[in-house]
Amino acid sequence: MALKLPSMMPGALARGWRSLSGGDALLVQQGRLAGPMPWVIAIMVALTVIAAAAGLALANTARNAADELSGGITVQVIEANPAERERQAQAALRVLRETPGVVSAKAVSQAEVERLIEPWLGTWAAGDEDIPVPALVDARLRDPVDGEMLGAMRRLVRQVAPAARVDAQSSWLGPVFGAIDSLQWLALALVGLLAAATCAAVLLAVRTALGSNRDTIEIVHLLGGTDVQIARIFQRSVAFDAAGGGALGLALGLVAVLFLGQRFAGLGAGLVSAGGHWAGRTGCCWR
Amino acid sequence: MTSAADGEIVHFENVGLRYGSDREVLSDVSFTLFPGSFYFLTGASGAGKTSLLKLLYLAQRPSRGMIRMFGTDAITMPRESLPMLRRRLGVVFQDFRLVAHLSAFDNVALPLRVAGVSERELAKPVADMLEWVGLTERMHARPAQLSGGEQQRVAIARAVIGRPDMLVADEPTGNVDPEMAIKLLRLFEALNRLGTTVVVATHDLHLLKKVPDSLIMRLDKGRLSDPTGALRYPPRPAAARV
Repeated sequence: MALKLPSMMPGALARGWRSLSGGDALLVQQGRLAGPMPWVIAIMVALTVIAAAAGLALANTARNAADELSGGITVQVIEANPAERERQAQAALRVLRETPGVVSAKAVSQAEVERLIEPWLGTWAAGDEDIPVPALVDARLRDPVDGEMLGAMRRLVRQVAPAARVDAQSSWLGPVFGAIDSLQWLALALVGLLAAATCAAVLLAVRTALGSNRDTIEIVHLLGGTDVQIARIFQRSVAFDAAGGGALGLALGLVAVLFLGQRFAGLGAGLVSAGGHWAGRTGCCWR
Repeated sequence: MTSAADGEIVHFENVGLRYGSDREVLSDVSFTLFPGSFYFLTGASGAGKTSLLKLLYLAQRPSRGMIRMFGTDAITMPRESLPMLRRRLGVVFQDFRLVAHLSAFDNVALPLRVAGVSERELAKPVADMLEWVGLTERMHARPAQLSGGEQQRVAIARAVIGRPDMLVADEPTGNVDPEMAIKLLRLFEALNRLGTTVVVATHDLHLLKKVPDSLIMRLDKGRLSDPTGALRYPPRPAAARV
């Protein structure tokens, strides 16, 4: 009796070295985003984004503050007699305005001074003649203030205002800049560590996938699959998982950064943008 | 002595195999297979049948001796060359070795996908093959949902779907009913007539009588019984019986 054979594909098996055709993704059992790896990567990437953003924000803040403060000096006239205090302040202001290299100089109004001291002394201190609040003059120099320039300014101002103290605004912020610098390095180290941990997570996931699919790999080998074909299946699978996790982590990180940015922006200029400027004044005043 | 030029498919010369430091499970095995030959490999349990089949389907390298397959020295050839030789083989494993998370269809299609055959090209032959082994209704079932006999038929379908140059089957009819066993044997014979060399390891002596032209390779304690030398120096077939 003649046997009717099923249709087969003679010669199909020796076609060459192409990659596995369409169904290769089926060979990896785990579905997309089903295992822990994409979520681990998402968390790592989100933390990396937040750490990187924090580092950049610190660097930006430090740079802005340094730019703002590097050419700034504050003159405080510490004199109990209000009339004399006002006279010396005006004299110092006049001298500064006439001095080459000084871009701008202005007296800080009494209202602003009272607002600055309000957190420490309360509203009752405002206008109280018994409390000798110093008169302040804020000046901007064209160049960063160094010791020599500061000495020259002091001599100049004290000729007309003996009760005046002249301070560079950047000097008292030195430790703050040092701390910000350390935080930046910490953020950089965190980014490096998180990147290394992400790589380790991917490696671990690949090893786990290879281990859990060992039987499948062996069968594919025995059916003529090449190492490259098998590696490509796992590369593709891991790449999809890593890309999915990375995108999710990036989105989460950006949302967190935007949210934190808004919260910090809500703190107002007192702490960030003009913070150095005004904080410089308060620091000078109450040292 | 035969050579690749004579059209031999497989040549074993004084092949020995041992696992670790144990005694040899195969010793001084020598034989030659030509295209169109049909062999039954018999022997008691532990005689070394599965070990010999592992050498034949290139899952194992021998401890000593020489193996030439399709004109290539299988001992010294680089690892990168193995896949191309393996693609010329069809293997029915004793434990089927189906991919557990793939359907019957995907398991049968696997060798074609490995070879880069497109989904459009492979759909009909795979469906035809499953229909031929009576598994059309079960084509979407996974191995765990199939009976032992059904799994065996999927394993056989996977082994023959690409019409290999050599079919190596380890107890291929052990889990199917007699009617299906005969049907599968007829499939092997038909493939054999098309030029496929067939090597079937079996305990079933009744099966041997069903293929009158077959040669019998008998293993006894790791040694090939070849009293007439017919396995080592076989009469060269004129051509494949197409």
